[in-house]
Amino acid sequence: MNHLVIAPILLPLLCGALSLLFVRRLEALARVLNLAGCILLLPITLWMLLDAGTDHYRVYALGGWPAPFGIVLVADRLSALMLALTSLVALCSLLYALAGELRANPYFHILFQFQILGLNGAFLTGDLFNLFVFFEILLIASYGLLLQGEGAGAARTRATLHYVVLNLAGSALFLIAVGVIYGVTGTLNMADLARQAAQPNPANASLLQAGALLLLVVFMLKAALLPLYFWLPAAYSTAAAPVAALFAIMTKVGVYSILRIFTLIFGAGAGAAAGVAEPWLLPMALLTVALGAIGVLAATSLRLLVSYLVIVSVGTLLAGVGLFTAAGISAALYYLLHTTMITVCLYLLADVIARQRGSNADTLTAGTAVGRPVLTGAMFFLAAIAVAGMPPLSGFLGKLLILEAAVDHRSMPWLWGALLGGGLLGIIALGRAGSVLFWTSAGRPVLTLPALPLAAAMLPLAASPLLVLFAHPVQEYTTAATAQLLLPQGYIDAVLDRPAPSLMEHASPEGMP
Amino acid sequence: MEVLFATVVGILTACGVYLLLRARTYPVVLGLTLLSYAVNLFLFASGGLVTGKPPVIAADAAGYTDPLPQALVLTAIVIGFGMTAFLVILALRARVELGSDHVDGRGADR
Repeated sequence: MNHLVIAPILLPLLCGALSLLFVRRLEALARVLNLAGCILLLPITLWMLLDAGTDHYRVYALGGWPAPFGIVLVADRLSALMLALTSLVALCSLLYALAGELRANPYFHILFQFQILGLNGAFLTGDLFNLFVFFEILLIASYGLLLQGEGAGAARTRATLHYVVLNLAGSALFLIAVGVIYGVTGTLNMADLARQAAQPNPANASLLQAGALLLLVVFMLKAALLPLYFWLPAAYSTAAAPVAALFAIMTKVGVYSILRIFTLIFGAGAGAAAGVAEPWLLPMALLTVALGAIGVLAATSLRLLVSYLVIVSVGTLLAGVGLFTAAGISAALYYLLHTTMITVCLYLLADVIARQRGSNADTLTAGTAVGRPVLTGAMFFLAAIAVAGMPPLSGFLGKLLILEAAVDHRSMPWLWGALLGGGLLGIIALGRAGSVLFWTSAGRPVLTLPALPLAAAMLPLAASPLLVLFAHPVQEYTTAATAQLLLPQGYIDAVLDRPAPSLMEHASPEGMP
Repeated sequence: MEVLFATVVGILTACGVYLLLRARTYPVVLGLTLLSYAVNLFLFASGGLVTGKPPVIAADAAGYTDPLPQALVLTAIVIGFGMTAFLVILALRARVELGSDHVDGRGADR
């Protein structure tokens, strides 16, 4: 048993808890530990990414309890990919935060680490109830993070209130779903659940389906899919910029959970509950793209516009997933990498622009000009090209892969229509926003930001050309990850058919703690 | 007992959802609390209702009741309690900042 698997959970836990202990006496410690934790996380998750690339499932039985009884952590290709993405997003957001007013706020740094803890745990766990617990950890950290930072005031409090109440209702639904599924199958281990679901047991089939669909509703709420996305624009557009940037990965937790649960447990081999999400996911995703695109067009401020772009991207992503084909999921995974990094960049860039325009902030009205108009404008232009899905950046490639995956699907006209139409509306809105902000605005900026925040915003933007340059290896990885997802037998065997770990581990010196 | 238990869970859920849909923060908090009670009871029953049996397999006992839902409920209670505490504070802050206890901050003068 390799103990490095649990490091992405333990590291932020230690950093967060240690800073909390000394928060009154040593305020700077929180900042140092947050930065150290984020930097250390990067090589660990990169190692896990490379390790998962050998198609080896790393199973970590907590406390040495064998699989169906104890809780397991499982690192496969998808988990490792999400972990690496999380550490990248966290580092970019933190670097930007260190250049702003949140730098001196120790509670921001502590909550930041706990947020990473919850995210990493959710990506690693192989137990349904444990997934709920990590969801709650990341949610309560996000409640606190949403309120950090100056400005916004009443609007932010109202958005946070809505966000908290909605997510608490979502947590109640999650528990009901867990209860139903446990009542039917008698287990919570995901691999064991997959085995139980595969057994033909027609008496309780409808209960199992109901549990599965309840889970889908919960994950749709986390992913911000129609009709459960109304919390997102207000919450994300009023949060402090580094927080909003970190939250770019939050909606992806919902996407990840849908991918995991509805391929592993309720996938093709699940007997009566097989493919229970299929009739719902794709139509909802396409409607989300359509309504999100209208929101993009109607947005009155840059951050609201970016928030609606997040909704469009979630719809696009889940449209790929909703095809439930190898090509669709693989394309969606590629698009996920692209859209997360670009969202981070856009939120940071929107803040760079807002801070320089004083009272005009990021509203899309002619007013104070932006400092360094050429550099900032060029960055906005590149990010807009990437997010709208125009060549030559990664958004184009990601969208093209999803469109291509849908060619033989019966929903092809709808999917092509929604994605291309949504893209067009996005281009119009971004073009208008860019010309208002950079061309019709005049006068001296209120302040010209130092180079550091701009550089931090540039970092995630670099992911887009890199994703194009290294499209082949990335695509190979996502294709292999999809193969793992669609053939869950490997996962199930790796978790359940292990030699009794507690006895084996203590016999060998390597397994000793 | 099953009928009584199910009725209680149902009534709690119905009251919780009703209060959750109110427009003032305090009923919403109460509604979420009732809903979490209902969910905890539901979760407790997910292992099957057994009376008078120990939650462990013992040689001298005729049977056992499933201990796992009890552990799950404990976790859910702790999490629910923490969340409710946070929500109450947030609702108070919203009352101060929005000048009203309406969930959308409307009608401050009423």
